[in-house]
Amino acid sequence: MNKLILLVADHPIAQKQILGVLQERGMCIDLSVAKNSVEAMALLQRKGKHADAPRPDLILLDLNLSGKDGREVLAEIKSGEKLKQIPVVILAVSTAEEDILEAYNLHANCYITKPIDLGQFVEIIKSVQNFWLTIVTLPPSQTP
Amino acid sequence: MLVEDNPGDAKLALEALKVGRLRYEVHVVEDGEQAINFLRREGEYADAPRPDLILLDFNLPKKNGRQVLAEIKEDENLKYIPVMVFTVSKAEEDVLRAYDLRANCFITKPSEIEQLFKIVKSIEDFWLNIVKLPA
Repeated sequence: MNKLILLVADHPIAQKQILGVLQERGMCIDLSVAKNSVEAMALLQRKGKHADAPRPDLILLDLNLSGKDGREVLAEIKSGEKLKQIPVVILAVSTAEEDILEAYNLHANCYITKPIDLGQFVEIIKSVQNFWLTIVTLPPSQTP
Repeated sequence: MLVEDNPGDAKLALEALKVGRLRYEVHVVEDGEQAINFLRREGEYADAPRPDLILLDFNLPKKNGRQVLAEIKEDENLKYIPVMVFTVSKAEEDVLRAYDLRANCFITKPSEIEQLFKIVKSIEDFWLNIVKLPA
């Protein structure tokens, strides 16, 4: 069964770039996208029209979400009994020590900073995908 | 920091880590009690440094890896340290339990040496070059 990656990113350009890299690599993955924190939580908690949404195997969370802060989404995921097992990879602009520490204290699985250079950014997304999908053993897929 | 009770496995992992050219120290402890004492700087470990990353075997004597993981992730002073569970198991309940206890990732230790070297190299590349670790 294909692994399902949920990308939570509100910036259309960032979203497009990340999706482009993930899709082009020919790995057997399904992608779902949430463009803000409300949509992300609705998908994860299967609210409303998302009642049948499958649980993702991995979440890529842009910490610079507008609206409800990305940190709140992280905290909500990691305090939910049925959600906390899902690995969350943080993508952030900040390299400030306190931001990094806060994310790990909220149980982010890893923290990645987004470089400005597009070539470097592509390489980083490839590394993330490679590590989490081929090296790591992910939690067993949960049936809806 | 490497928590591994099997001296052969510890030696192999260390060799694999040395293949990389990065400069860092690896501290090895052999059982769960030592791991916790090291992290809490108790007894003989009063001067132990805080590790930036922990590779934790699940099957440890004295205090098993699950217990060690739970203690690290419930400790306000330690929970930020990324813990990679690195163990021979790939049983679903072990994997789920590890993520429930907030392991940062679960990596199944391969039995083949070549494969083991490859995996350790990948861990090193990813966690030390790509990821931003807490300072």
